Amino acid sequence: MINLLAIKAIYNHEMNRTKRTILQSIISPMLSTSLYFVIFGSAIGSRIKEIDGVTYGMFIVPGLLMLNLLTQSVSNGSFSTYFPKFNGTIFELQAAPISGVEMIIGFVGATATKSILLGLLIIVTASFFIDLNILHPLLMVFFLLMTAITFSLFGFVIGLWADNFEKLSLIPLIIITPLVFLGGSFYSINMLPEIWQKISLLNPVLYLVSGFKYSFYEISDVSIWTSIITILLILFILIVITLLIFKKGYNLRN
Amino acid sequence: MKKNLIEISKLSKKYKNGLIALNNIDLSIKKGEIFALLGPNGAGKSTLINILCGLSHHTSGEIIINNLDLVKNRKKIKSLIGLVPQELHLEAFETVFDNINYSRGLWGKKRDDKYILNLLKKLNLETKKNSLLMQLSGGMKRRVLIAKALSHNPEILFLDEPSAGVDIELRKEMWEVIYNLKKEGVTIILTTHYIEEAEEIADKVAFINNGKIILVEDKNILLKKLGDNKLVITFKNKIKKLPEYIKNYPCELSDDKKNVEILLSKEKTELSSILIDLKKDSNFLDFNLKKRSLESIFVDFIKRKNHD
Repeated sequence: MINLLAIKAIYNHEMNRTKRTILQSIISPMLSTSLYFVIFGSAIGSRIKEIDGVTYGMFIVPGLLMLNLLTQSVSNGSFSTYFPKFNGTIFELQAAPISGVEMIIGFVGATATKSILLGLLIIVTASFFIDLNILHPLLMVFFLLMTAITFSLFGFVIGLWADNFEKLSLIPLIIITPLVFLGGSFYSINMLPEIWQKISLLNPVLYLVSGFKYSFYEISDVSIWTSIITILLILFILIVITLLIFKKGYNLRN
Repeated sequence: MKKNLIEISKLSKKYKNGLIALNNIDLSIKKGEIFALLGPNGAGKSTLINILCGLSHHTSGEIIINNLDLVKNRKKIKSLIGLVPQELHLEAFETVFDNINYSRGLWGKKRDDKYILNLLKKLNLETKKNSLLMQLSGGMKRRVLIAKALSHNPEILFLDEPSAGVDIELRKEMWEVIYNLKKEGVTIILTTHYIEEAEEIADKVAFINNGKIILVEDKNILLKKLGDNKLVITFKNKIKKLPEYIKNYPCELSDDKKNVEILLSKEKTELSSILIDLKKDSNFLDFNLKKRSLESIFVDFIKRKNHD
C-alpha cells in the first residue's frame, strides 16, 4: 500500500523549506529574469531585428523560462536530496516505512511545484515588459510540467550521487547552463553556420526550448513532435536510473 | 512466558573491504523487555541496530520481527520501529513541533497535535515546541530525537547510546521515560557505554565484542551468578608483598599498597579462614565486603574473551 501520508509529509516539509528561503527560491530568480528583460528585451533587444517574425524581447521568453526551470529544478532538487545526507537526517528517511517511489514523489513533487510556480511568476513578470500572447497554452503547460518534473528528478539523482557541495553545483554549472545557452534560448539555430546547426542538434535542451517556443509563437528549430518525444524520453531514462539507484541502495545504504 | 518479538539467527555482516562487523549472531528479545547491548567501540552494536532498523543490509542470516521476516517485510517491520540515533542529527531551521509532526507523517500516521503535545509534555519539551531546533541544547536535542522516535507510537524502540553527552539529571529523566514506555508495553533495545545505565534499567543484557555475542543473560541472574562478593582488606602500613594467607586467592593490590581486593567464590567458603588469619595480622586495620558491579563483570568478560 502506498504511504500517502509519508509523501504528504515530505512534500510539506520541502515546501516549508521554500517558504523559509523564499528570497533564494523565488525572488532571486524572478529578479534576475526581470534584469534579462530590461537589458536584452528592452535596452539591447530594441536594436535587434525580429527573429522568425517576433520581437527579440518576445523571442527570449521561452528561453528564459527554460533557463530558470532547468537550473532551479536541478539545483533545488539536488539540494533537497543532498541536504539530509549532509546534516545526517537521512537516517530518518531510511528508517521510515517509505519506498523509493514514495520518496521520489514527495521530493520531486515539491521541487517541481516550486519550479512551476517560478515559471508562472516569470510569465507574469514577462507580461509587464512585452505583449505576451501564448498560442498554445495547453502545450505550454505540458512543457512547463514535464520540464519541471523531469529536471527535478535529474536534481534528485544528482543529490543522491553527490557527496560534497562541489559535486552538487558541478552539473548545473558545467552542463545545464551551457546546454541552455547553446540550445537556442537566445537565438535561432538558423542564425548559426551549418556545421554548428548540426552540432546544436546533439543538444537535448534545444528540443525542449524549441518545443516551448512553438507553444508560445508557433516557431521552432525542430518538429514539435520531436520535442515532445525528447522530453518524454529524458523523463523515462531518469526514472529508470533513479529506480536502479534505489534498488542498489547506491549512496543511501552502506 | 512472554513470546520472542525479535529472533535473530546466524546473522553476519561483512563489508566490501572485508571487515566482518557481525559474525554469526544468534539472539532473541522478548516482547516488552528492556534489552541492553553492551560492548566496546567497534564491537558491532550500532551495526546490529542499523540492520534491525533497515538502515543497512545484512550479508547472511535470518531476522524475524513480530513473526515477519525482515527481508520480505521490510516496510511492515519498519512501521513498528522507532529509532533514536547516536548522533544528534536534526534540521536546524525547523521548529520542534513541526519536526516531530514530520516524523509522524513519515511513518504514515495522521497528524495528531494532541498526541504530539502530550509527548512533548512527557519529555519536558512543551515550552520548546515553537523553538527552532538549532536553538536547543544537546540534552534538549536528545529529547527531541526521542520524541521523534515515539511520534508514531512504535512497538519497538531502539536507543543507540541514548546517554551520550547527556548530564546525570537528564539521564535519570530519560530512564524514567524508558520505564514508562516499558509499562506501556514498548520493547526497548538500547546500546550503551554507561554500564551503570544497563544495570539500572535493563531486564536482559548481551555482551558483544568483535562482532560476536559473548553472553546473553537476564541482568538479575547475571548479577547473582557473577556478581560474587569482593573482600577489601585495609592495612595500617603499606605492604611490600601479599601476606601468605591470601596470596593463593585471586586478589589485587591497590596503588597505595594499603588495600587488597580479593574476589570471593560464590559460596564464600574461604571468607572465614581469611578472617581468622586477618585477626592474627598486626598490620590489619579494617575489612569490607563489596558486591561486583555489572561493569566489573563486563570488563572481566571482555578481558577473558580477548585473552582467549
